[in-house]
Amino acid sequence: MISFILKLGARTLSLVSWLGKGALFIFPSALGMLSVLRRPQLIVQQVYSVGVLSMMIIVVAGFFVGMVLGLQGYIQLSAIKAEANLGLGVALTLSRELGPVVTALLFAGRAGSALTAEIGLMRATEQIAAMEMMAVNPYVRVIAPRFWAGIISMPLLAALFSLVGVYGSWLVGVGQFGIDHGIFWSTMQAGVEFQEDILNGIIKSFIFGGVITGIALFEGYNARPTSDGVSRATTRTVVNASLSILALDYVLTSLMFGGLN
Amino acid sequence: MNVPNSKPVDPDAISISPGGIDDAVIQVDGVDFGFDRRLIFKNLSLAIPRGKVTVIMGPSGCGKSTLLGMIGGRLKPRRGKLEFDGRCINKARGRKLYALRREMGMLFQNSALLTDLSTFENIAFPLREQTQLPDEIIRLLVLMKLEIVGLRGAHQLMPSELSGGMSRRVALARAMVMDPKLVMYDEPFVGLDPISMGVIVKLIRELNDALGLSSVVVTHDVQEGLSIADYVYILGNGSVLGHGTAESILRSEDPMVRQFILGLPDGPVPYQYPAPPYAEDLRSD
Repeated sequence: MISFILKLGARTLSLVSWLGKGALFIFPSALGMLSVLRRPQLIVQQVYSVGVLSMMIIVVAGFFVGMVLGLQGYIQLSAIKAEANLGLGVALTLSRELGPVVTALLFAGRAGSALTAEIGLMRATEQIAAMEMMAVNPYVRVIAPRFWAGIISMPLLAALFSLVGVYGSWLVGVGQFGIDHGIFWSTMQAGVEFQEDILNGIIKSFIFGGVITGIALFEGYNARPTSDGVSRATTRTVVNASLSILALDYVLTSLMFGGLN
Repeated sequence: MNVPNSKPVDPDAISISPGGIDDAVIQVDGVDFGFDRRLIFKNLSLAIPRGKVTVIMGPSGCGKSTLLGMIGGRLKPRRGKLEFDGRCINKARGRKLYALRREMGMLFQNSALLTDLSTFENIAFPLREQTQLPDEIIRLLVLMKLEIVGLRGAHQLMPSELSGGMSRRVALARAMVMDPKLVMYDEPFVGLDPISMGVIVKLIRELNDALGLSSVVVTHDVQEGLSIADYVYILGNGSVLGHGTAESILRSEDPMVRQFILGLPDGPVPYQYPAPPYAEDLRSD
């Protein structure tokens, strides 16, 4: 019984400490995000590092996901003689769900882990401490540009994912199974709405970008300054960000497409 | 090495009154500091004389680097006061703290160069962040500092292309580029070959005298430390074990100071980590 109470106490203290660290991280980061707007070149550099360098994995994954959707969609739809709606089904699936979610999962693995490792190693090698001693605020110089870069890059990558995915499904549906080219695009054009489908997908991507980048930067900044500490922080980033995305997606989908609103 | 106006040091010029060092750039008064339940310093008081090289020595884990962390305002004491040039460091926050740090330079143990910037850009970093100087002036200032540390020809190299000694010299140039009043060196001799060590020893001494700095060198290299010290503090057991000029430290009769200076494996700092009796441990399951 005493052991249980001790464990409960330790867990509670750990949670309070984690919340405290989170608050200590969020407030200066938010102030830093405002300050760094005066130096857009810092954000552009990070958009390249976080976004542009993630494009290859997004394009390749989007293409294959689109092809699989085209294949599975055609098999199911052709059973009820509705294969003409393949383009619409794929476009809605990608713009509403798979585009933002799969891109976010890939982004967490590619860019999130890299951010955590980079910041964690900067701490371990005292680069952050050196900046502080040079009277340079690391929240402005290091954290804020990466945060903006994550928020800016994610919707663009998700849009790219969806775009390439649609093309992949077109290749399978039109190229392989012979669906009429005009019908493939016209059902999509008629059925996909900008605000309901595209805009909601973009909003999701913005939120996912903020969540992933926030988790990655927080974990990196608070990583123990050892190789083991950085390794664990990187793992935590991928796991926590991925689970947060999946849980958040349900909440956002319910709010956007019915259920909770 | 071209360090202009180098002048000989007179350790006797340090004025020590019964109350302490008269002209101190750093004053530490009654400081308590600890991590969680582990107390590092208990009622620590010391003064760093202005314009001199002060060497702080002591066994590993005695809190030497922690003391630099407190002087730089990165660590806050539980009790007591730290002053830099008469201004309280431990109460300073935000802009006030950054204003104090602009007058300090620090050389970290592993150099702490920014790995994504070249040698040139590492030294230019504080100038670009803190000043509005045009690129041409920044270039001149950086090349001047690189010339002093003998690495002007290496300005385009990345940190990964520098040896340990070169990294330390680049970090030293970076610490000096804003012309600070105080420069702190955290274990500057660790992991260096004899030539690099000799270069760093010479640079610390000559830069201090030529530029009129105050230097604090934290080290456990007794020979190198004493060779450049105008004043020495030996830390241990959470407080100052001994202090004075290098000569007076070498003559000290304090057993702990003697054990440290002579590098004896056993003494007041025991060889064995505290443990139950050996025989008892061997017999137990």
